[in-house]
Amino acid sequence: MTPKQRRRLAFALALVVAGAGGAALVLGALKDNVLYFYSPSDLATKHVADGVAFRIGGLVAKGSVVRGPAADVRFVVTDGRASVPVEFRGVLPDLFREGQGVVALGALGPGGVFNATEVLAKHDERYMPPEVVDALKRSGRWKEGEQ
Amino acid sequence: MTGEIGQLALCLALALALVQAGAGLWGARAATSTSLDLSRHVARMSAFGFFAFIALAFGALTFGFVTSDFSILLVAQNSHTLKPLIYKISGVWGNHEGSMLLWVLVLAVYSAVMALAVRGGARLTSAALGVEGLLAAAFVLFILFTSNPFRRLDPMPFQGEGLNPLLQDPGLAMHPPMLYLGYVGLSATFAYAAAALITQETGSHWARAARPFMLVAWIALTLGITLGSWWAYYVLGWGGFWFWDPVENAALMPWLVATALIHSTLATERTGAFRSWTLLLAIAAFSMSLTGTFLVRSGVLASVHSFANDPQRGEYILVLLGLAIGGALALFAWRAPGIEEGTSFEPASRETLLLLNNVFLTASAATVFLGTLYPLLLDAVTGTRISVGPPYFAITFAPIFIALLLLVPLGPRLAWRKGDLVGALKLLAPGAGLALLAAIVIFAIHAPHMLAAAGAFALAGWLIGASIVDFRERWKARGAGVQSFASVLAHAGLGISLLGIVGTTLWRSEALEVLAPGQSMQVADTQLRFDGVTPRQGPNYFADRATLEVIRNGKQIATIAPEKRSYPAEGQAITDTSIRTNGFSDLYVALGDDRGGGRWTVRAYVNPLAPLIWFGGAIMALGGLASLWGRLRPNAVRAAPAE
Repeated sequence: MTPKQRRRLAFALALVVAGAGGAALVLGALKDNVLYFYSPSDLATKHVADGVAFRIGGLVAKGSVVRGPAADVRFVVTDGRASVPVEFRGVLPDLFREGQGVVALGALGPGGVFNATEVLAKHDERYMPPEVVDALKRSGRWKEGEQ
Repeated sequence: MTGEIGQLALCLALALALVQAGAGLWGARAATSTSLDLSRHVARMSAFGFFAFIALAFGALTFGFVTSDFSILLVAQNSHTLKPLIYKISGVWGNHEGSMLLWVLVLAVYSAVMALAVRGGARLTSAALGVEGLLAAAFVLFILFTSNPFRRLDPMPFQGEGLNPLLQDPGLAMHPPMLYLGYVGLSATFAYAAAALITQETGSHWARAARPFMLVAWIALTLGITLGSWWAYYVLGWGGFWFWDPVENAALMPWLVATALIHSTLATERTGAFRSWTLLLAIAAFSMSLTGTFLVRSGVLASVHSFANDPQRGEYILVLLGLAIGGALALFAWRAPGIEEGTSFEPASRETLLLLNNVFLTASAATVFLGTLYPLLLDAVTGTRISVGPPYFAITFAPIFIALLLLVPLGPRLAWRKGDLVGALKLLAPGAGLALLAAIVIFAIHAPHMLAAAGAFALAGWLIGASIVDFRERWKARGAGVQSFASVLAHAGLGISLLGIVGTTLWRSEALEVLAPGQSMQVADTQLRFDGVTPRQGPNYFADRATLEVIRNGKQIATIAPEKRSYPAEGQAITDTSIRTNGFSDLYVALGDDRGGGRWTVRAYVNPLAPLIWFGGAIMALGGLASLWGRLRPNAVRAAPAE
């Protein structure tokens, strides 16, 4: 082999090794580290084990927000057909309101309560999280949520 | 009137962009030197004219915003008479249509600079202007057909709807222009690479001509990402600086590929190595910035960046993306066999290290790309909605990047073609010593003892220590000029940022409590006494301002005042965090919900070393600037390409 060919071969080998390593990492990571999104109706039909992290979205049910003595909050997320109680300790986003769209990240705990580690609301008045729009459309309650 | 002037200017600019494209590409194939000179001249004049008309259109829109001309739909939807002047101006690009106009304005600036540039032969310059003209025409068409900023509103409302308060911030007023300077700068690099393929002048001089544009783009991207991360840190109120959000990834991918590109160009310029690879990277870098634009502008992602969802826009950008990438790759495939490679190099040489740099950077960019696009693809194909978060990136991106960082200090200390690996390692021994020291100290003082923490600090120590060694060596041979310190600064900045990231991740303290006036909370070694909340009125908002006394070791050392602001025009509320920094550690306080009876939720963090994250970013940009400085002094170009 000429030096030129050797260099090309080294380059190709390096790329193949890096590519294979990267692909292995990516596939492994994608298998275990994606978060699924469920609407309350999805949750009612699927069995999701306690402690498995996922995201849930819908509207904050009217009159359901209860603030505890410490910085904890409880509320109900609904898509019109099913609903899920949510517990959260932290500061709610500025645009968190009853009757408006919300996405929460967390896992189910005992008693079917969703323990949220993060709560996201919309960024501005014109915007609704697309997952929530989708969930509401599927449960046939989209227009009510649109306001 | 201004709306019509803007509209007309856009149409004329489109015509000039087409002339520029036609003349420039004609020049690339011209048979005689007179017809080449004529075509190049026409392309250059068109580039200047294009800039003038786009500037006029942008000026007209800005005028509309500043004078609150609500007969323009865009102004009515995004401005308000009570808004401070700076946010009236930044409101021009705080929406989809205006930000696309800003994109084209930046493109026009680069086009005009390309027309002025003296480097590269006449044929290459002509072809590059032609390619840039094609891109300009495509984007002006996009604006005219799908995103016209000058649409009228009849009847004209008395008041505008205002601008998203999250965007009413000095950091964010600067962030989009900076990022666009980066994104679009890669279009100039792309144009030179395509021109090199068209004219078959695939030697080193296209890289030399494109290098200043590449550096400007890289510096702007570095600063744009740093500003965006800083903004997220103090505005979102979560105390985080990077969320692996798809819109952040949209800026990170072009940065990673551009970083690979500025490194591989070093070799291409100097020894002619990696010629085809550098061309391919130039194409890839711009493809990444188009992908970023598609992700952010099409509305497929939900974020503060997605202003309004119009599927037509996404489709147009996707088609443009396909044509640009597909066209350039086809051109590459056609010309690649004719590309001559430069001199060969030994395994222990700077070229090998640059090669590894490129392998790791492109691999890390690929993992970010997959993690960002996989959820979109899955949603499109199966309708399953998932999101890919930090754990994915911790497993894929982090190991690749750590391997890269380990090798960073070696590169500058190995000679071209044939280096002395043992000598380089001996020279870098003090850097390794600093790394070892950092590891031992951290392992000893941090409880519980963590190997990962010690390793992370060792890596930062290695980068910074090796940069000091590198500085010493380059100072001895300082005749080579400012640009020889570019790598010292860029690599040290990387180490400093890493120090900040690791420090704040490892040692962050967080506290969350509901406080009544007079009550206190404790976060790390700091006590915060809540003195209650008072209302305050800003120019276009009402605020609840909390007052907290900061007490350390029984002594009151400061007062801080986080706020919650509500913007009546926009019907929105935002948190204005209060940060007290000493340059090495941040005390970060955000005001939460009103719990009634004067009680409020207060969230406080102490983030050790956090300021270093952004400080490191600025140092890296300074490194880019040093390299650029050397390039722009004409007599320095030939004399000392010793980076």
